[in-house]
Amino acid sequence: MKPRLEQKVATAVLGFFVLVTVFILVFIIVFILRKGLPVLSWSFLATNPVDMGRAGGIFSTIVGTIVLTLGALVIAAPLGVGTAIYLTEYTWENRLTRVIRFGADCLAGIPSIIFGLFGFILFVTKLKMGWSILSGSLTLSFMLLPTIIRTSEEAIRCVPASFREVSFSLGSTRWQMVARVIMPSAVPGVVTGIMLSLGRAIGETAAVIFTAGSALRLPTSLFSSSRTMSVHFYILAREGISMDNAYGTAAVLIIAILGINILTYYLMNKYIRKYS
Amino acid sequence: MEQRLPAPPAIRAQGFSHYFGPEATLKGITLDVFPHEIFSIIGPSGSGKSTFLRSLNRLNDLIRGSRVEGRLEVEGRNIYDPETNVVELRRKLGMVFATPVPLPRSIFENVVFGVRLAGVHTSVDLDILARDSLEKTSLWEEVKDRLGTSALKLSGGQQQRLCLARILALRPDFILLDEPTSGLDPISTMKIEETLRQLKKGYTIILVTNNTKQAGRIADRTAFFLNGELVEVGPTDRMFTAPADRRTDDYLRGRFG
Repeated sequence: MKPRLEQKVATAVLGFFVLVTVFILVFIIVFILRKGLPVLSWSFLATNPVDMGRAGGIFSTIVGTIVLTLGALVIAAPLGVGTAIYLTEYTWENRLTRVIRFGADCLAGIPSIIFGLFGFILFVTKLKMGWSILSGSLTLSFMLLPTIIRTSEEAIRCVPASFREVSFSLGSTRWQMVARVIMPSAVPGVVTGIMLSLGRAIGETAAVIFTAGSALRLPTSLFSSSRTMSVHFYILAREGISMDNAYGTAAVLIIAILGINILTYYLMNKYIRKYS
Repeated sequence: MEQRLPAPPAIRAQGFSHYFGPEATLKGITLDVFPHEIFSIIGPSGSGKSTFLRSLNRLNDLIRGSRVEGRLEVEGRNIYDPETNVVELRRKLGMVFATPVPLPRSIFENVVFGVRLAGVHTSVDLDILARDSLEKTSLWEEVKDRLGTSALKLSGGQQQRLCLARILALRPDFILLDEPTSGLDPISTMKIEETLRQLKKGYTIILVTNNTKQAGRIADRTAFFLNGELVEVGPTDRMFTAPADRRTDDYLRGRFG
């Protein structure tokens, strides 16, 4: 009787935990959408902010977010995936690989505001890039690197060892093996890691406000200062400029992140089905 | 009967030893394999037979701490010379593994995988090669209408013949088989053995097997490995009827292994 009772209690407790988790998640999303959706309209998305954001829309901050995030990905994805390939396929486990991995883990734990400060000192002032999309993207990319390296590494390690043996035994060079056997099998995992970091980049505020600044104008080049949606939300709410528009911005952010995740899962499922 | 000059050996091991770190996995192996024979290696697991096979296409290089001593010659050249082009060596000695490992692509793309790596790209050449290789492994009739479907959907026996076709497409001189039928049913096993018999004309075949009966059925000569040592080597008939070494006799009678 006792093990069965234990079993029932365990099921109930675990079920309760799941309920709480789901409730918190749903609560946040519903709360923000309820406050934000009424503000949303085509003109809110398509016009620039007016009067510090009291009126008008958020068009320039949408553009700023997209450009800054894509810029960070363009820098971080090749570096991160390349590092992961090197760590898994091109070298034995040794002191150097352990140091690199340890470094990446430490990097992942650094608060984003420290990255912001670092980016401000290095890119904005020392390298004289000023508050700009370039400074912001570079700073963000450093923040994303550890996630991309570690998730890609995991994905590459999960490719069966027998694939490597077969590829080599059929006369492939190491690079041919990586490009034609390892990466096609690892792509779903690698992309998932990149998407995770993308979500983090879109929502990042502290690192961006120090490096890309908070200009409300539509950016015209990589050296323009620009405001992202999350920075916009922060400033609107923090300075009490317009809570309505703040929630509107937050709703757009949340919908964008949900959309990206759904699209990724859809594409990954399609890809996995095609290759297995 | 006319005395013919023996053909020079296709593979010659002379005092060949292999180590994983400090542990000796092959101890001073000396043997010859002649062209166009089926040469089988038998022995209990851990005897070093797979290690020997993987030394031949230098697949052991992939394992950390792998090290060799002595000579291992393929067509008269020591393959552990620093000048050896390992990629070419592996094309010349095609390998089939114990479990079939089709890559997650179509049947056609599996067959031409190695050839594409080698730089053949014209679709006419690839089509001819694929058909030819699949016919040699009697798989063509079974798959000709679905070359574009995933190779993972084939049965185990078909997958193993696909793996064989995949190396034949590279036109190798040698076929190395590492317990190729250990996971297959008797009928699939029979088909593979039949295919090997036919392939003997064009290739030198080295077959590592746990199944001594299989060696008895198809091997011209057989070597018996035990604990990394070569116990004896000779014509299969002779070894199975009158083994020279007591340990071979014991193993063949199933007293251990």
